[in-house]
Amino acid sequence: MTSDSRALVATTEHTPVAGMAHDTRGGISNPILGMILFITSEVMFFAGLFAAYFNVRANAPQWPPSEFAHTLRWLPTAEAPIPVVTIATIFLVASSFTCQLGVWGIRRGDRTALVRAIGVTVVLGIVFLLMQAYDYTVLGSEGLTLSAGTFGTTYYTLTGFHGAHVFGGVIMLSVILYRAMAGQFSARHHDAVEATSLYWHFVDVVWIGLFSTLYIL
Amino acid sequence: MATTALTPAASAYRSGLYEWVTTTDHKKIGILYIVNSFIFFFLAGLLALGVRSELAQPGLQFLRDENVYNQLFTMHGTAMIFLFIIPMLAGFGNYVVPLQIGAPDMAFPRINALSFWLLPLGGILMFSGFLTGGAAAAGWTSYSPLSQDRPLGMQGSGEDLWITGLVLIGTASILGAVNFLVTIFKMRAPGMTMFRMPILVWTVLVTSVLVLMATPVFTSALIMLFIDRNYGGHFFDPATGGNAVLWQNVFWFYSHPAVYVMVLPAMGMISEVLPVFSRKPLFGYKAFVFATAGIGALGFSVWAHHMFTTGSVFLPFFSLMTFLIAVPTGVKMFNWIFTMWRGKLTLSTPLLFALGFLSMFLIGGINGAFSASVPVDFALHDTYWVVAHLHYVLFGGSVFGVFAGFYYWFPKMTGRMLSEGLGKVQFVLMFIGFNLTFFPMHILGLSGMPRRIADYASTAGWNELNLAASIGGFMIGASTIPWLWNVMVSLRGGRIAGDDPWEANTLEWATSSPPPPYNFDHLPEIRSERPLFDLRHGRTLPAATLPDPGPAPLPTVSGGDATPPKTTGRSAAARTRKPKP
Repeated sequence: MTSDSRALVATTEHTPVAGMAHDTRGGISNPILGMILFITSEVMFFAGLFAAYFNVRANAPQWPPSEFAHTLRWLPTAEAPIPVVTIATIFLVASSFTCQLGVWGIRRGDRTALVRAIGVTVVLGIVFLLMQAYDYTVLGSEGLTLSAGTFGTTYYTLTGFHGAHVFGGVIMLSVILYRAMAGQFSARHHDAVEATSLYWHFVDVVWIGLFSTLYIL
Repeated sequence: MATTALTPAASAYRSGLYEWVTTTDHKKIGILYIVNSFIFFFLAGLLALGVRSELAQPGLQFLRDENVYNQLFTMHGTAMIFLFIIPMLAGFGNYVVPLQIGAPDMAFPRINALSFWLLPLGGILMFSGFLTGGAAAAGWTSYSPLSQDRPLGMQGSGEDLWITGLVLIGTASILGAVNFLVTIFKMRAPGMTMFRMPILVWTVLVTSVLVLMATPVFTSALIMLFIDRNYGGHFFDPATGGNAVLWQNVFWFYSHPAVYVMVLPAMGMISEVLPVFSRKPLFGYKAFVFATAGIGALGFSVWAHHMFTTGSVFLPFFSLMTFLIAVPTGVKMFNWIFTMWRGKLTLSTPLLFALGFLSMFLIGGINGAFSASVPVDFALHDTYWVVAHLHYVLFGGSVFGVFAGFYYWFPKMTGRMLSEGLGKVQFVLMFIGFNLTFFPMHILGLSGMPRRIADYASTAGWNELNLAASIGGFMIGASTIPWLWNVMVSLRGGRIAGDDPWEANTLEWATSSPPPPYNFDHLPEIRSERPLFDLRHGRTLPAATLPDPGPAPLPTVSGGDATPPKTTGRSAAARTRKPKP
C-alpha cells in the first residue's frame, strides 16, 4: 500500500460516508455477486437459444438432415483424421484450469503465477477462436451455412454466440493480464480476477453443453 | 434536521448540463429515468390518441393507410411498456431504494448510468423507424411470420430498428436488475434486516429477479428474429422447418413475467403510500412479502395462457396456474384494505391515486380471471376484452401507482410540495377519462370487436361505444395538462416541503429534501420496518451522529449535533472503503 492510498483511507475514515459506503460485513463482495448475477442472466440467454434448438430439432423429420449427416464430426475419421473441434474443446477446457491456477496464485499473493496463468489462458482462448473460425470455413465449403435450413441456422447461432462470449472473455482476460503485469492485484485485492475467472468458467461450461448437444447427442 | 452545505472541495462542479449527463448519483439518474419515461409517455400517448381518433367513427377518416394505423398501435404498445412503465418504475426504484435501505448510492454507480443512457438510445432507434419508411407494425408482440421480411410481412427497416432498440433496452434492464439485487443484498444499513426492508424494496427485489431471469430469453428471441430477417435464418419460419409458435413461447416466457415487472413495483409504491396516509402500519407485512415472492415464482409458469388458441399448449396446467396467481394477488388486496380499515385517512393526492390503483387493478384482476378460463378465452381471444383487461391492469394499476408515487416522492426529489388542488383535478379527469375509455371496451370485446383493426362496419353496433372510448382517451390526454402545470408551478414556487412533509415511516424521509449527494449525514437506529415512526414515538434513541467530518473531499454536513458516535464494536478500519489499488 502506497502512502497515497493510506492518505485516502485516513480521509474517508472521517467523512460521514465512512462505514456507510461499503458495509463489508464479510460475505461475498459486490463485484463478485454482480458477476454471478450477470452470469445468471447469461445462462437464461443461452437457455433461450437451447430451447429454440431443441424445439426445431424435435420438429424436424430427420436430425441431422441427410445432406449434413457427416458435417459435424468430433471423432477422427478416414477423410478427416484430426477433428478440429475436439482439439479446440480440449484447449478451452484446459484454459479453464489455467485460469483457475492464476486465481489460486493471486490468492496466495503470487503475481508471477497470475501473470503466467492468465497469459496462457488468453493464448488458449485465442487459439480456440482461430480453430473455430477454421472450422467454420471447412463447414462452409461443405455447404453448411447459416441459411442452410434449421440445422445450419441453429448451429451457427449457438456456436456463434458462444464464440462472441469467448471473444468477450479474451478481452476481459487481456485487461486482467495487463493489470496483473502492472502489479494492480494482491492477495487481498483481486475481485476483478475472481469475477473474470467466473465468467471464463461459465463460457467453458456453455461450450461443454454445446459440444455435447450439437456433436455427440 | 441538519442543513446541508457543500464544502469548498466538493463545489468544483461543472455546468448543470455536464453534471446531469455525467452523473453517477442514483438520485439524479432516477430523475433522468423519470423524465425520460414521461417524454416517451407523451409520445406513446399521442400515438394512442391517433388510434382513438381513427376508431371514433367507422370508416377511414383520419388515416389514409391502414399500415400507418398498425404502426401507431405497435409503437404505442412498445413504447408504453418498454420506454414508459418499466423504466419509470426502475427510475423510482433507483431514486428510492438506496435511500430506503440507508445506502449512499447503488452498488455500481457507473453501470447504473450506463443502464439509463441505453434507454433513450434504444427509444430513438425504435422511433427512427418513422423516418425510414415506416416503423414496426407487427404489434408489440411481433408474431412470426407477420414479423418476417417477406411480402405481407414486415419489409423495411422499421422492424429491424424495433428489434435493435429492444435489445438495447433489455440489456439496460438486465444491468439495472443486477445493480438493484447487489444493492439490496449488500448495501443495507446496519440494522436493516431483510424483514425490516420497506415493501417497495421487496417488490423491486422480486422484480429484479424476474428481469434477470426472463429478459435474456427475450433478447435471445429478438436476436433469432433478427437472424431470420437479415441473415436467412429459419427459426420462426414454418416454410423451412422453423416453428412460428416457438416465437410465441420465447416471447411470452419474457413478456408474461414482464407484466409483473410492470406491476409489482407499483404495488410496492402504493404500499408505501397507504400506511402513511392511513396512519397505520401495513397490515400483514410478511404475508405481503411472501405474496410478492409467490407472484414472482408463479409468474414464470403462466406464459402460455396467451397462447391457448394455438392448440399447442397444455391447457389445464396453464389455466390452473393462471387462476392460482390470483391467490397471492388477492392476499395483497386484503393487505391494502385492512391497512386502511379504521385508519385515519387523509384524502390527499397520493392516496387518491393509490385508491385508483386499488379499485381499477381489482377490475383488471377480475376480468383477467375470466380470460384464464380456457373456454371463455377461446371466445374472447384477440377481442377488445383483452385490450380492456390489459389497460385496467397496466393503466389502472401501474400508471395510477406511478402517479401515486410521483405525488408522494416529488417533495423529496425537489424539496417542494405539489399543489393539492391541481393534483385532485388531474386525478378526477384521469379517473373518469380512463373508465370512459376502457370500460366500453369490455362490451365491445364481448360483442366481438377484434383488436388491431383500423375500421369497423357502421352496422356492427360499435359506433357509440367507440366514440365514448375516444372521448375518454382525449380526457386522459387533457388530464396531463393540470399535472404538467402543477409540476412547473411547484418547481418555481411550491411550498417548501421540509424533510418529512407526510410524517412518513421510512428512511428516505430522515434526510433533507432533496438529499445531499451521499444521502445521509446520519441514520436513525433501525429496529423495525418503520424506523421513523419509532423515532417519533421515542421507541429508539435519537440518531447517532458520526464524528465531525472536518475538511473532507466529499460533500458533507454542517451544523450536525455533536453527540458522540455510537460504537458498533467493529473497527473503523474494517468499515472504510477499499482504496483503489
